[in-house]
Amino acid sequence: MSSLFEEIREPVASDVPVRRVSITVNGEKRTADVEPRLLLAHLLRQGLGLTGTHTGCDTSNCGACTVLFDGKAIKSCTMLAVQADGHEVTTVEGLAGPSELHPIQEGFKDEHGLQCGFCTPGMMLAAKALLDENPDPTEDEVRWALSGNLCRCTGYQNIVKSVLWAAQKLQSQSAS
Amino acid sequence: MVSRSTHDHKPLIYEVRGGVGESPVRPDGTLKVKGEFAYASDLWLDDALFGVTLRSPHPRARITGIDISGALEIPGVYAVLTHADVPGTKHYGLDHSDQPVLAIDEVRYEGEPVAVLAATDPHTARRAVGRIVVSYEELEPLTDARQAVFDSSVPPIHPDGNVVRNQPIRHGDPDTATAEVVVTAEYEVGMQDQAFLGPESGLAVPAADGGVDLYIATQWLHVDRSQIAACLGLPEEKVRLTLAGVGGAFGAREDLSMQVHACLLALHTGRPVRMMYGREESFFGHVHRHPAWMRYEHGATRDGKLVYVKATIVLDGGAYASTTKAVVGNAASLGAGPYEVPHVSIDAYGARTNNPPCGAMRGFGAVQACFGYESQMDALAEKLGLDPVEFRARNAVSQGSYLPTGQVIDSPAPLAEMLRKAAATPMPAARSTMELGELPGGYGNTTHGEGVRRGVGFGVGIKNICFSEGFDDYSTATVRLELVAGEPVATVHTAAAEVGQGLVTLQGQIVRTELGVEAVTIRPADTSVGSAGSTSASRQSYMSGGAVKAACEAVRAQVATLVGRAEPDIQLTGGKVVSATTGVVADLADVLADGAVEETAVFRHRPTVPLDPFTGQGDSHVQLALCVHRAIVDVDVELGLVKVVELAAVQDVGRIMNRESLEGQIHGGTAQGLGLALMEEIQVTDGRIRNPSFTDYLIPTILDMPPMRLEILEYADPHAPYGLRGAGEPPTLSSTPAIVAAVRAATGLPLRRIPIRPEHITQQ
Repeated sequence: MSSLFEEIREPVASDVPVRRVSITVNGEKRTADVEPRLLLAHLLRQGLGLTGTHTGCDTSNCGACTVLFDGKAIKSCTMLAVQADGHEVTTVEGLAGPSELHPIQEGFKDEHGLQCGFCTPGMMLAAKALLDENPDPTEDEVRWALSGNLCRCTGYQNIVKSVLWAAQKLQSQSAS
Repeated sequence: MVSRSTHDHKPLIYEVRGGVGESPVRPDGTLKVKGEFAYASDLWLDDALFGVTLRSPHPRARITGIDISGALEIPGVYAVLTHADVPGTKHYGLDHSDQPVLAIDEVRYEGEPVAVLAATDPHTARRAVGRIVVSYEELEPLTDARQAVFDSSVPPIHPDGNVVRNQPIRHGDPDTATAEVVVTAEYEVGMQDQAFLGPESGLAVPAADGGVDLYIATQWLHVDRSQIAACLGLPEEKVRLTLAGVGGAFGAREDLSMQVHACLLALHTGRPVRMMYGREESFFGHVHRHPAWMRYEHGATRDGKLVYVKATIVLDGGAYASTTKAVVGNAASLGAGPYEVPHVSIDAYGARTNNPPCGAMRGFGAVQACFGYESQMDALAEKLGLDPVEFRARNAVSQGSYLPTGQVIDSPAPLAEMLRKAAATPMPAARSTMELGELPGGYGNTTHGEGVRRGVGFGVGIKNICFSEGFDDYSTATVRLELVAGEPVATVHTAAAEVGQGLVTLQGQIVRTELGVEAVTIRPADTSVGSAGSTSASRQSYMSGGAVKAACEAVRAQVATLVGRAEPDIQLTGGKVVSATTGVVADLADVLADGAVEETAVFRHRPTVPLDPFTGQGDSHVQLALCVHRAIVDVDVELGLVKVVELAAVQDVGRIMNRESLEGQIHGGTAQGLGLALMEEIQVTDGRIRNPSFTDYLIPTILDMPPMRLEILEYADPHAPYGLRGAGEPPTLSSTPAIVAAVRAATGLPLRRIPIRPEHITQQ
């Protein structure tokens, strides 16, 4: 049995109950004993070292911690790790292989959809949830889909451009 | 080392891709989209402790006792420190060292750090900090900045008084000037937060030499270091800083937050210490934009020429001085706006109160004044029956105009052209639908748009670029050219903080243009190279760009010497050493075969002088930048809701160094101006912040920020590297008054306070 507490070095008082959870993260099944209060965002960042999931507000407003939960975009700072038991989670690290970029990643990189980059993983995962459901969105649909994710640097113009670019690329890929 | 300030403009050769004027992909782009870019909050070491801060619950109180024994009893707690444990100077500050590292006998704002604690993990640390018992005797807080400045019966909250700076500006003969048309009004600007997305974080690691290494998200490594070293009682060389990934800055990282605290804890425990604020603590952990109260009186002739401007501007700096002095200098010197005014009398004040400390935020001082003078320009235009664009153009500065400080604008200032371009921008289509999503308030709307009115407004801003008023402003760059696997590769090293704006991209572009090599490595920014100055005042393209260019020129001169030529004749391009007269002289690879060429350059902009303390006269600014916005809004006058339909910006940048980065700056700056106009305010009551969260402090979402149209002009500034003009701040100035003007046009209301709230629209 692997214990996440060893990895995150947070000693647990002996009277704190733990729950065993089994979560498929980026395609790989991970099992651990966690405190019921542990947030999914903290499990991902500290327990699994997936620091591409950022925490920016702690109150589910900013969306920097957005991940895919069974394919839907959710804010991992307001979900408990135990709620993810038996489910599939995709983080930014799971968007593409180690030396590859997903078209959404290409879009944000090439269309200048990022500056400081802190919101970027969450933005890309919210965009992926949209494009999985609606491969050919309008600009309005992109804006509505990303309206739960804050960016303080870009004024959002190039984020919209990046997502539309990615939609086109994905469509031309699936056409060929 | 060479030290030079170069203003020459040789023809540039673009034989390699990704040079000046292009938009190559960001060197940090792949890491950022892969989730592998290491922000300060992502750093840890296996044996690192976690540090937390105990903060004052009172805006003003005397500390009568601190009992740390309860905290020390908790297993896993390694240290609890108070001001008594600060080994060096107990106070710090960017301009004036008046802020205690940890409160000494008194707290002056809600959230002031009183003690710091290190424990094995965040949970233990937070639990333990609750066991520190601080006894307070509450005092009546001073929360009215005007009272702090004008009421001499108020006891000072600092030994040296409550007024940090009073800067008058006297130009012409304002005392006797009279005008046919006069408008007078008072304006207020609320306290805005920078609201970067990545809260304050850092990792301090004690070193074998008794010093400390700090990995930190900051805007200014060297001035952090000098403040930290003084507080730690260490020589500067024993305090080494490396820039960690920065999740946005916008001024909030120019002051220290947890830097000294983490280093103190690390040195005290002999263990690495990590600190990371949550969002709520972040609201208490950094300075904000100064709230302002302004009274403006403008006089003009009936045919629309400005005669005089008289203004009083009071800026609330909160508990400590921070950058208030410079904020006051900007508000005063730019307080009449980019207009020719024969007679000017401005008195700007910066106060200390028991409100949250205020300091740097994008466009500081100039942003507040801009709301005042632009509101006045609209009011005057209305009274004169003139078109607001035409009225502004009639009074616009141009090259050769005088500022009220007596400084001549000695580079292009095409404001009239910019105004006319903004006005000529095609209008978006009229709203064709009553679809709820298209209306102000969107699907949360409770009407069917019966009360929706459209308005159009314009705003103009002028901002000083680089550090003003005699500050010794410089940047340092080292450029090394060497063979790697047989190919010439350039390496750039500066201490300039990349905060998202794209400076790492620009450094590579400059090297490619100057040295003709495609492969450029940007070394991490740290304090092992000379200071680059602050990433603020829109200055890094100018200053660190200038330093990298100068270092490249020195490298090129060295290469020229190696091939027996004089530098002016030699260009490096496409891996060749090329003479202007005789063509290719050598392969760069052959020249570098005997060893690397490395040069360090320090770049300074032309000198400036402080404003005269009594008349406000003096050539205080290096460079001035202009931006014009046109805003189109729909306002539901029954609900008080505003939807910005479109924003158009016209900006002169001298030279487009990287169009994508530049446009990103204009978009982002515009969005922050939108926030100040319509939603962003730290609500402070009796010195207490009531909304320290993103639930209650609203920043624009992707639905609030409309599509933008940009027009970018390139009138070169002959004094600046490549003719460029700093660009990050001006859009933040002008978007706010443009939006407010549009809301006024839609509603007919005076709207003299920002941000505009729904009740300002519905209850008048």
